[in-house]
Amino acid sequence: MTDIATTDTHGAEAVLPTPSQTVGPFYGYALPIPDGGNIAPVGHPDTVTVHGHVYDGEGNPLPDALVELWGAAPDGSVPTATGSMRRDPASGGFVGRNGLEFTGWGRIQTDADGHWVARTLRPGARGGGAPYLAVCVFARGLLMHLFTRIYLPGDDAALAADPVLSQVEEGRRSTLVAEEQAPATYRFDIRLQGENETVFLEYQ
Amino acid sequence: MALTQHDIDKEIAAERDAYEQRVAGGAPVEHHPDRGYAPYRSSVLRHPKRPPVGIDVTKDPELVELSSPAWGERDITELDNDLTRQHRGEPVGERITVEGRLLDREGRPVRGQLVEIWQANSAGRYAHQREQHDAPLDPNFTGAGRTLTDDHGFYRFTTIQPGPYPWRNHTNAWRPAHIHFSVFGRSFTQRLVTQMYFPNDPLFPYDPILHAVTDQAARDRLVAAYDHNLSVPEFSLGYRWDIVLDGPSATWMEEGR
Ligand SMILES: [Fe+3]
Repeated sequence: MTDIATTDTHGAEAVLPTPSQTVGPFYGYALPIPDGGNIAPVGHPDTVTVHGHVYDGEGNPLPDALVELWGAAPDGSVPTATGSMRRDPASGGFVGRNGLEFTGWGRIQTDADGHWVARTLRPGARGGGAPYLAVCVFARGLLMHLFTRIYLPGDDAALAADPVLSQVEEGRRSTLVAEEQAPATYRFDIRLQGENETVFLEYQ
Repeated sequence: MALTQHDIDKEIAAERDAYEQRVAGGAPVEHHPDRGYAPYRSSVLRHPKRPPVGIDVTKDPELVELSSPAWGERDITELDNDLTRQHRGEPVGERITVEGRLLDREGRPVRGQLVEIWQANSAGRYAHQREQHDAPLDPNFTGAGRTLTDDHGFYRFTTIQPGPYPWRNHTNAWRPAHIHFSVFGRSFTQRLVTQMYFPNDPLFPYDPILHAVTDQAARDRLVAAYDHNLSVPEFSLGYRWDIVLDGPSATWMEEGR
């Protein structure tokens, strides 16, 4: 039974958390959103393409991983616009983003090759850290989501001074920094296990 | 060669004993599954082996993860929380109403956040192409819905009691009936995907996904309560299930979302 001590709005009594469970194999008809990775407003000059594969411990790509991205706007502000999924009351379907507002959030299911692609706005720095996109990864077989970050290369001084990157042992920092493949196009692979395992984060 | 239920039962018992010994030795209670819980075989190659890097959010209030994407009325339609009305006809099965509150660790309501669900139909089949279970599809049931929590943190769905279904973790593996939930909190760090179970399911002892939560009290929090006051006369049976988000969040504001 749900036996958590709940209190009303002003109560400070701590309650115990609901455990995480895997997303399983069958979320694919429920969670993905059409154009879920097209986060940038259409034609915006600060658009960046970020893409990569998700791999398991044997180096095989995951065709059933779900990647969620969340990032600041180019000026470092936190997006507050709704409309990431916009539903249509006439058809009951999704109409997708309106191409104008920046919600900062996207959701992409990997394709049969284990590949995901997002087009979003280049995040701006907040506070003293280097700019980054926050990432949350789900998959069948993953009993609890994983958090990581995508830092974009270019400003070596900012990356060196970043409080999170500097906590990571030097040999593993590169797993958090995307590789620039072409102007405004970056590759970021997520390795759940094994050689070059991605650095994952835990917030306390 | 194929793994039997007996093999999995022994592994589940060994994991439980090891956990109980850890706690008896002073280790903290574990509210979430160990990502490397081997009785759930899909986890074996898909969990990191390096410890995560800890981030103390109190030291940096500017983290983008301390906020969360915003949701609004245009992200859902009014019918999205009624899974029995998404097609022309009535789905087959026992109608249920599922209601509860979305709360943070302080017991405070989490307002205006997106709750998404998906589930098998009453025969235990998902409307997913890769689903291999040969139970019948229901043309009047897709099994996906969404809603926003209200000003008191409540969500509510009308749906059909999902059936249990077989899967291929081991020979004769069956999942207890469940509804998958995906929820957002006030901060990205509170993100949660989980599953709600139904009381007194005889399949509980055999399921390695449920038992990946090795703490009995934590496991019990995944099980909804039958609530007669939520049952709708002549229409549906009611289940109550509150969801408590873990993870740090930014300063809570009394007003606004
Ligand atoms: Fe399921």
